[in-house]
Amino acid sequence: MPQLEVQSIHTSYGLSQVLFGISFDVEPGQVISLIGRNGVGKTTTMRSIIGLTPAKQGKIIFEGTDITNLAAYKISRLGVGFVPEERRIFPQLSVWENLDIARRASRDGKGWDEERVFALFPDLRDIQSRPGGVLSGGQQQMLTIARSLMNNPSLLLLDEPSEGLAPKVVEDLRDQIKLLKDSGLSIVLAEQNLSFVMYLSDKCHILEKGEVKFTGTPDDLRAKPEILEQYLTL
Amino acid sequence: MDMLLSSPTFAFIQVLNSISLGMNLFIIAAGLSLIFGVLRVINFAHGVFYMFGAYIMYTVAQDLELGFVTGVIAAAAGLAVIAIVVERGLFQWLYDKEHLMQLLLTFAIVLIMGDLAKIIWGTDQLSVSYPDGLSGAVDLGVTFYPAYRMMLAVIGPVIFIGLFLLIERTRWGRLTRAATQDMEMLAALGVNVPVIYVTIFLIGSALAGVGGALAAPINSPTPGMDATIIVECFVIVIIGGLGSLWGTFVGALIYGFVFNFGSVIVPNWQDVFAFLLLMVVLLIRPWGLFGKPEREGH
Repeated sequence: MPQLEVQSIHTSYGLSQVLFGISFDVEPGQVISLIGRNGVGKTTTMRSIIGLTPAKQGKIIFEGTDITNLAAYKISRLGVGFVPEERRIFPQLSVWENLDIARRASRDGKGWDEERVFALFPDLRDIQSRPGGVLSGGQQQMLTIARSLMNNPSLLLLDEPSEGLAPKVVEDLRDQIKLLKDSGLSIVLAEQNLSFVMYLSDKCHILEKGEVKFTGTPDDLRAKPEILEQYLTL
Repeated sequence: MDMLLSSPTFAFIQVLNSISLGMNLFIIAAGLSLIFGVLRVINFAHGVFYMFGAYIMYTVAQDLELGFVTGVIAAAAGLAVIAIVVERGLFQWLYDKEHLMQLLLTFAIVLIMGDLAKIIWGTDQLSVSYPDGLSGAVDLGVTFYPAYRMMLAVIGPVIFIGLFLLIERTRWGRLTRAATQDMEMLAALGVNVPVIYVTIFLIGSALAGVGGALAAPINSPTPGMDATIIVECFVIVIIGGLGSLWGTFVGALIYGFVFNFGSVIVPNWQDVFAFLLLMVVLLIRPWGLFGKPEREGH
């Protein structure tokens, strides 16, 4: 059974509809990518899953539970982690405080805590007392992922993690996310950086105007450059 | 003015009066500031909550003779109940509406609760006795000073330290600070934000109740006492910076000193001095002494 099933969801902000029947599944331990230009509905799909902008139609099933209309905090407590595109660090809280407020013990007691988070992102260890608002883009990205991990999710929604980061930082981040994947965490990744996507994903979905236009493995995509040309070039 | 210069004892008593007044006001203003800081609601009904605290004190300590401490606890508990009803029943529907709607709602609560108080307690000025053991004066060596006012001067800092530790040093405090910055993200991290909101509203309102109960022996409970206090509280939190605990503490002390010394230097002009100070702060530092400038599009 898939861990996450997104079944033909339609989502709107007020009168403006953004998603028109998006569907995809995530099997446990898989990295699924949503790719496409700005404004095709990647972020809205993430927000619908975590419950911040609930879908008006369709269904979202997580580990057998219908979460379509659940409050965001309940969806989070079921094990869905959300790493937003804008990172949304609490600027006046210190790095440690940002981590602490997300702390939730894992079910098996062997989950993420500060030590494991600092082992994955060593840079954060030295800046624990610094306010979140003064961090660099790369540090903020590490912190926002680390913060979600403190929640001990079984599925992580990663919205454009590489955006605005220097190439070297992107490379490190890619390796860190690979470690998360290898640890068994399932990930839904929205990204525009194709090499990042190809490296990490088991399956890719190309979005256009709120619909899934193409589904395939990274190899399928490499074999069809005309698809990339059609949906991803500006 | 001459008295201040010629009699150090008189000046010393004025200092104590200033601290005592400031600390009583701090307890009430801290509630207003706390609620604004987290919920972003400017609660004009805070004054009427204070008035209810004073009236509850009258009923419990004077009418039912259950004692002063019971009166304070009853005032806090009574306002906590009112706070839950008001927040869950009314405010929670208005957080995403414009501030004007919230203001109008809090005005409506002022009018309704004001009339309710007249129905329950009448329109006479009621008097509450000083508690046993605090009705006399303390010998400070150089002078005697009313024990009850002395107690107010001590209890304010105790509440300040308690609130400070709660907000800065506990995980719950960290969650409330996070809620002021980004409640949506906090919810996405698994935190039930409405519970934080109702708890903050409850604590803030209970502080108004406690402040009213403690003020009852000095300011006899009477209709209209809510209007005076809400203006004083606004002056304090605007001077100190809305939402800042330190600011409210310092603002309350400044207000106490300006009010007391103002009335000594130019009798009956104390309010003028307080408002002049308010104007100066608004002109030079509109976000208050300890506040932070509002970001655009908060």
